[in-house]
Amino acid sequence: MEFKLQYSQLNEYSILIEWPVIIDEKMLKNILNFKNAIHKKYSKQKVEVINTYNSILIIYDFNINDATSEFEMLKSLFLDKTNYSESKPHIWEVPVCYDDEFGVDLEHFSNLKKLSISEIIQLHSEAIYTVYFIGFLPGFLYLGGLNSNLFLDRKTAPKLNVKEGSVAIGGQQTGIYPQDSPGGWHIIGNSPIKLFNSNQNPPCNIKAGDKVKFVPISNTGYKHIQLDIMQSEYQLKSIKIDA
Amino acid sequence: MLKVLKSGFYTSIQDKGRFGQRNYGVPVSGVMDSYSSQFANAIIGNSKEAAVIEITMTGPSLQFLKPTIIAISGANIQPQLNNVDVEMNLCISIKANDILSFGRLKTGFRAYLAVKDGFQSPLVLGSRSMYKAITIDNRIQGGDIIEYESYDVNNQSANATIKCINEIIELSTLEVYKGPEFNKLADDKQKQLLEITFKVSKLNSRMAYQLEPIIENNLEQILTAPVLPGTLQLTPSGQLIVLMRDCQTTGGYPRVLQLTEKSINILSQKTTGSNLKIRLKV
Repeated sequence: MEFKLQYSQLNEYSILIEWPVIIDEKMLKNILNFKNAIHKKYSKQKVEVINTYNSILIIYDFNINDATSEFEMLKSLFLDKTNYSESKPHIWEVPVCYDDEFGVDLEHFSNLKKLSISEIIQLHSEAIYTVYFIGFLPGFLYLGGLNSNLFLDRKTAPKLNVKEGSVAIGGQQTGIYPQDSPGGWHIIGNSPIKLFNSNQNPPCNIKAGDKVKFVPISNTGYKHIQLDIMQSEYQLKSIKIDA
Repeated sequence: MLKVLKSGFYTSIQDKGRFGQRNYGVPVSGVMDSYSSQFANAIIGNSKEAAVIEITMTGPSLQFLKPTIIAISGANIQPQLNNVDVEMNLCISIKANDILSFGRLKTGFRAYLAVKDGFQSPLVLGSRSMYKAITIDNRIQGGDIIEYESYDVNNQSANATIKCINEIIELSTLEVYKGPEFNKLADDKQKQLLEITFKVSKLNSRMAYQLEPIIENNLEQILTAPVLPGTLQLTPSGQLIVLMRDCQTTGGYPRVLQLTEKSINILSQKTTGSNLKIRLKV
């Protein structure tokens, strides 16, 4: 599939590249391939490349002298598919406890959607989600692939303190709060794993293009994993898959 | 070592920021006014990377336990060394146990204290910039001890001869680029943005500055997209939000304008009620 891209200069030191305004896995692959190629091209310079659903932002550590020639260079880099190296995604198995101790909005969610709690858990944990990018908070994953039966508008007023690890649904999205933070999504469970650790580099094992599967665990299972994490004996399960 | 006797209103350690971590949702952070902080570093011959103390509105009270040299730039908060006034933008010699304190804010909003070779607080993900969720604290507290290398004042050769242009403090026009969604605005709204005088609202922090008045608009929300310090978002309810150094890496509000680096520095020195104009960079 060929995409029409738009190049623009955002400020003195960054360039924005935009794809069509859609959320699409094939397009994500195209974006991530290009992102890798840009990283490779600039491996010796200080350059940051971030992506979202339909854009790439290149942030240079220096001012851009000539944006037009930079666009030309990027355009030919995009067309030259020999620069593309597919990185193999991981599927991460993220344990979630949907017990009502954690899933504080489950009952309300169940009433509004006219689904039983076990149906919600099944629909939420059987899907394989795609990580589009990380944003909003350190370690917050933007996941695609939520079953449309679980779509529910976010709360009208956000809760001031959503607990770290909360697994929630907001609109057409689902996600995990990596830290305590305000949030307007409906909380259906909690994961004991640490998604973000500023003492390791990179601080997050999961990256854009990876997959996530939620694995339901019991309350006891949750406490066991918590203990293992405290004793540094827990490793998040993942399998590498062929793209 | 530096002992924090009193912390001031909002005092934090900052450097150039956490470059290279935005892919993990980590804000870049770093000094709000990069011009003034670089200036403080330059006076005492530091590299641009050296960590400084960013002082907001009300100054801290600090005791230096080892000899060194320092410089203070940016907002004038009337610095005093052992209760005697000292000059801004000059190299100041420090003896062990000297106490630096500050008076009332006269100009600007943020001052920068640089020490020879920079403050040696822990590096987290390549930066010493304090930010909640990354470092233990997001600001320094009374009783904190901050490391720095001792420096023999006699090594200091001639006085600094760099001329300080304090224009950042005085300026009130923000130069901007058109943002990715600027052209989706109706003509009269585009004009309005570039013509009216804005005021800094009381909602202003290291994360974002809100401006008044409200600009009514019918822009639709966008698919979550990259944002940067200096991105000016216009919400559906008409709020103008200028993202600052601690801002999130992505956002869902239309990005109508983008401030230049210099304009971010200018805005960093403004406080509640300050008047501002916006001018398109040509």
